[in-house]
Amino acid sequence: MALRQFGAAVAVTVALALATPAYAVTEIQWWHAMTGGNNDIVNKLAEDFNASQSDYKVVPTFKGSYPDTMNAGIAAFRAGTAPHIIQVFEVGTATMMSATGAIKPVYQLMKDAGEPFDPKAYLPAITGYYSTSKGDMLSFPFNSSSTVMWINKDELKKAGIAEIPKTWPEVFDAAKKLKAAGHTTCGFSNAWASWVHIEQFSAWHNVPIGTKANGLDGFDTVLTFNSPVHVKHLENLIELQKDKTYDYAGRANASENRFASGECAIFLTSSGYYATAKSTAKFDFTSAPMPYYPDVQGAPQNSIIGGASLWVMGGKKPEEYKGVAKFFTFLSATDRQADLHQKSGYLPITKAAYEKTVKDGFYEKNPTLQTPLKELTNKEPTENSRGLRFGNMVQMRDLWAEELEAALAGKKTAKEALDAAVSRGNAMLRTFEKTAK
Amino acid sequence: MEKSVVFNNKLLPYLLLIPQLIITFVFFYWPASQAVWQSFLREDAFGLTSEFVGLENYTSLFAQPEYYASMLVTVVFSSLVAALSLSIALLFATQADKNLKAAGTYKTLMIWPYAVAPAVAGVLWIFMFHPSLGTLAKPLRWMNFDWNPLLNGNHAMALVVMAAVWKQISYNFLFFLAGLQSIPKSVLEASAIDGAGPLRRFWTITFPLLSPTTFFLLVVNVVYVFFDTFGIIDAVTGGGPAGATTTMVYKVFADGRLGGDLGGSAAQSVVLMVIVIGLTAIQFKYVERKVQY
Repeated sequence: MALRQFGAAVAVTVALALATPAYAVTEIQWWHAMTGGNNDIVNKLAEDFNASQSDYKVVPTFKGSYPDTMNAGIAAFRAGTAPHIIQVFEVGTATMMSATGAIKPVYQLMKDAGEPFDPKAYLPAITGYYSTSKGDMLSFPFNSSSTVMWINKDELKKAGIAEIPKTWPEVFDAAKKLKAAGHTTCGFSNAWASWVHIEQFSAWHNVPIGTKANGLDGFDTVLTFNSPVHVKHLENLIELQKDKTYDYAGRANASENRFASGECAIFLTSSGYYATAKSTAKFDFTSAPMPYYPDVQGAPQNSIIGGASLWVMGGKKPEEYKGVAKFFTFLSATDRQADLHQKSGYLPITKAAYEKTVKDGFYEKNPTLQTPLKELTNKEPTENSRGLRFGNMVQMRDLWAEELEAALAGKKTAKEALDAAVSRGNAMLRTFEKTAK
Repeated sequence: MEKSVVFNNKLLPYLLLIPQLIITFVFFYWPASQAVWQSFLREDAFGLTSEFVGLENYTSLFAQPEYYASMLVTVVFSSLVAALSLSIALLFATQADKNLKAAGTYKTLMIWPYAVAPAVAGVLWIFMFHPSLGTLAKPLRWMNFDWNPLLNGNHAMALVVMAAVWKQISYNFLFFLAGLQSIPKSVLEASAIDGAGPLRRFWTITFPLLSPTTFFLLVVNVVYVFFDTFGIIDAVTGGGPAGATTTMVYKVFADGRLGGDLGGSAAQSVVLMVIVIGLTAIQFKYVERKVQY
C-alpha cells in the first residue's frame, strides 16, 4: 500500500519534471533581511518575476537582521558561496563598495547585460547614497525611508498646542507644555540616536558630518560634526534631559513603542514606522518634517535616506548577471514601484512612480506617507546632504551614540562628547582606510 | 608488595588518548592558533586584502583608553556576578537540602533558568526593567526612583549583573546541592551533639567540606562571566550607556562582528585568553591550597 503510493508519487514527479521545459533555468539567489509583511512583499516580487519570464528564477532567502544578512554574505563570499544579490543596509555601503572584486557595480551590470538603464530616472536623493561621486550607481536601492517627526495630535490638542511645531525651539516649547499637561516622563524623544541627531540633523541643516562630501568622495574623509551648530543642539538636549522634557530612548528603535503607548507625544524616528504606528497607536497621529533651527542659514535643506539596497556579488557567470539585470529592470517598472510604495510605506525609487502616486491622489488620503518624500526633495542636495559614506559605519553609529549618552548623562559637556565622538570615529576611519585600498 | 599491571604495548596509551586529543586540538588549539595568527594581520571584512602588520593590532589596542575602561568594567562585572551567583546559590542550596515538603518542585524550579538561552534571558529582563515599558520599572518609578538604565551606567550594570546572576544561579545551585548531599550526616550530628548551632555547623563543617565544589564553581563561574555573558549584554544594553557595560568579550564581539576589524578583534581575544589562563593558573596555585579534599 505504502509502496504503491510511493510509486504513484514518483510517477507524478517524473511526469512533472518531463512537462517542464528541457532547457535549464538560471537560478538567482537573493538574500534579504525583510521580516513580517515586508517578507511577503519580497516573496511576491520574486514570484511575479519568475512568472513573467521563463529563463530565470529568483530564489529569495531570509538571512536574519541587517547585520546578520551582511555578515552571512561576507562569510559566504570568503567561503566562495556568495549569493547573486544581497540586501545590505545603508550603513554597510562603504564596506561593500570598498570590496572591489567582491561586488559588481550595478551601472556596469546593466551596461554589460545591455539592459535599458537611465540613472536620471531614479530619485537623486535616494540613488545619491549608493552612487560614486561621478554618479555611477553601485547598488540598487530597494527599501528606503527617512527620519520624520511623529505627532500625537490628540495629546497636542489637550496640551493646548494649536500647531504642529516646525522648528526646534517650537518643539522644545511644545515639549514643555506637554510635560506640564501630564507627560512628566517624556516631552519628546526619538529612536536611532546617531541617525537622528547627527546624520539627519547635519544634512537637514546643510552642515557637513565629514569632509569629502561626508565621505562620498573618498575614504580619506575626516569627521567634522563637532561644529557650533551641533554643540548647541546637544547642549539643548542635555538641558532638557535633566527634567525629562527630552528623554533619551536608546540607540535603536526598541523604544518606538513610547509613541504608540502615548507616553511621548512627539517622537522622531523612521518613516518606515508607519505600518507599526497604524496598527498599534490608538489615537489620531500624523507625521511632520524634522524640526530645524531657523537661525541656521539654509535650513531646512533636505534629509537623507535610511533603509537598504541590493548589491550584486562579483565572480558570477554572464548569463546569471543578465538575469539579475532583467530583475532590476522589472523592479524599476513604474506601476510596480508605485504599488510597492503604497503597500509597504517605503519610498518609491523612480521619479515616474512618485509622480504617478501624486497623480493618483494617494497622498491626499495618506499625507503621512508623503512627508519623507517632501523632506528628501525639499531642495537640490548639496555636498552635505547627498548622503554619507563612512567605513565601519555599523559600529561607528554605536560609538557616536556612546558619546551622546555620556553627554546626556551629564558625564561630559556637549563639546567634549562631540569632540570625543569625532576623534574616536576618525581613528576608526583611518583603520578602515588602510584596509580599503 | 604491591602488584601492578603494566601494559607493555607502548602504542596503546596514546591510542586511548587520541579521541580526547583530537577534540582538544580541533576545538581549542586550532582555533586558538588561528586567533593568534589573525591578530598579526590586517584584513578587510571580505578577506580580499591581507597584510602582515606584526604587533600593530596590539599597540593600537593598548593605545585605546576605551580598552582599559572595558577591563575595569570586566573586573567589576565578573566579581559581582561570580560573588552574587555563588553566594545566592549556596543559600538556596542549603535551604533546599533541608527536609522540605515540596523539595522536588522547589529544586526543579530552581534549575529551570539554566535552560534559558542568554539572549532570551536578556530579553526577559528588558521586559521587566525597561524604563518606560517594564513591568517592574513602573513600581520603581512610583517610588520616585529615577530608574534609567539607558543613560545611567550603574543602573545598566545592575541590570546585566542581575540577568547574568539569575542565569547562573541554577547551575551553581545544582552543584552545591550535590555537594551538600555528599557531606556525611554523622559529622553534622556529632557537632550538633557537641553543642554547635546551625551557623557554627555551617562555617566549621559544611563550608570546608564543600570547598572542592566551591573551588570548581569559582573556576567555572569566572570562565562563564568572561565568555558566556555577551549574549545577555548584547540583548540588554548593547554595551551602553557610554560603554558602561562593555566588557572585554563584548568588545571582541563588537569590533569583530559589527566593526569588521578582524585583526583588532583577534588581538583582543588573545589578550583575553592570556588573562583567563593566568586567572585559572592563579586559582589552582593559591586558592586550591585552601581546598580540603
